[in-house]
Amino acid sequence: MTMAALYFLIPIWWFVVASTKNNGDLFSTNAFWFSELHFFDNFRDLLTRQDGIFFRWMGNSFLYSIVGAVVSTAVSALAGYALAKYEFRGREAVFNTVLGATLMPIMLLTVPLYLLFSKIGIINTPWAVMIPLLISPFGIYLARIYAATIPDELLEAGRVDGAGELRIFLSIGMKIMGPALVTIFLLQFVGTWANYFLPMMMVSSPELQPLSVGIVTWQQTMVTGAAVPTNIVIFAAFISVLPLIALFLTMQRYWKAGLTAGGIK
Amino acid sequence: MQLSSGTGFGPKASGGSTFSGLDQYVLALTDPAFTTSILRVIILGVIQVPLMLALALSLALLLDARRTIGKRSFNLIYFMPYAIPGVVSALMWAFLVQPSLSPFTSIAKALGFTLDMTTPFAIPFTIGNMITWGFTGYNMIIMYSALKALPAEVLEAATIDGAGPWRTAWAIKVPLIRPAVVMASVFSIIGTIQLYTEPAILRNSAPNVDPTFSPVMAVYAAVMSNDFNGAAARSVILALVTLVLSFGFLKYQQRRGGAF
Repeated sequence: MTMAALYFLIPIWWFVVASTKNNGDLFSTNAFWFSELHFFDNFRDLLTRQDGIFFRWMGNSFLYSIVGAVVSTAVSALAGYALAKYEFRGREAVFNTVLGATLMPIMLLTVPLYLLFSKIGIINTPWAVMIPLLISPFGIYLARIYAATIPDELLEAGRVDGAGELRIFLSIGMKIMGPALVTIFLLQFVGTWANYFLPMMMVSSPELQPLSVGIVTWQQTMVTGAAVPTNIVIFAAFISVLPLIALFLTMQRYWKAGLTAGGIK
Repeated sequence: MQLSSGTGFGPKASGGSTFSGLDQYVLALTDPAFTTSILRVIILGVIQVPLMLALALSLALLLDARRTIGKRSFNLIYFMPYAIPGVVSALMWAFLVQPSLSPFTSIAKALGFTLDMTTPFAIPFTIGNMITWGFTGYNMIIMYSALKALPAEVLEAATIDGAGPWRTAWAIKVPLIRPAVVMASVFSIIGTIQLYTEPAILRNSAPNVDPTFSPVMAVYAAVMSNDFNGAAARSVILALVTLVLSFGFLKYQQRRGGAF
């Protein structure tokens, strides 16, 4: 177990150490230990490099991730609840389509979407990045699993007491699905933040790119010349992860509760 | 060709286009770079996916069995790589193996031998390692939460019947969490076929990576050379390969599961 822990930790440790170095130390000093700390120098570099475009990228990442996660969580909750709790014609067909769609990675839909979006002229706009993220088949699938655990008696009780279907959904369904929805939100947020291929295809203007795409363009400059220093690329990548780490640490309880909720009767 | 544009089929170029039948597919399938890339990720997956899942399953079982402290920390550590976006971990590994920077290369040098993880021979292993590092924790969590959800009575019954921890793990726990393992396998198969980020980013510091290392890289290359129809045909072929492999695996598992 300790061996495995070291395997996972050593690269991260190297990454943390490397992000505090200046470019000279990065190549010359012990890779696994700190030399002079240049955290603030590196940070100052990010603030000024290309007029602080790094923070523009970070803002974009937040925008895309929050919009994508909020909308797709809401859609997943509604669709999952409907699929689990209402009998309607074609329910199986809809569910099988959703299931099939979870097996269809967005990677493979990106090129057709690119062609479609360039037809309607929204390539290189924020919409091209956000629209594909608004519906998540996996989110719907998860929400349906969790919604199935809501006891029918509870919903019946609500109906007997005269609550409308929407009210029942909002005050009973949503409450029970709560932790699960946080999980879906987290997965979507992190998924969008980490998404690289889709935004890389869809937006070419640097000021519209999210962090993932922007930092890789810096990495590429090391090949093309006019290089962004290696330590700055590492530092930028490091900073780009911090919001996710913060999210995971603060919401750990929620995603754990959500992940296990499906299995408990 | 009899069918013309307006049928909704086929590529539509600006000058009006015709339904070209399966020409694009024939072109895609006779493009050695594309077919090689598919073969390459299949071979990579056949080796890497079982290794990763075996590691994930062992870690999940160990975590489930351990009564000592530190469980939470181990859980967190194993999951940590998954919390790091694929792009960032790919960047990190790209630097970690870049010969001028790699601590592993310099350690090897100090020990008196040469290690270059960016040679054409080493590249598939480097990429396999990047995927294993990034996704073991995620698969472990899927299996671990399935283990946590197992009914206590069953495990108690096993203990009363005299099964030790190893026996319980192998004969009771693993068969019971099979659905979770199958799910993890399907997602891993799909993930491997759509491999892109790791090789694409590694390429920026390791020029030995083939520009069409993975099928998605081949699709991207087609888009970049404005061969949109070729890119679309390649995407469809890739989607079919994904469907066949993931559904095939599911069906195979169902049949095996039925025999139990």
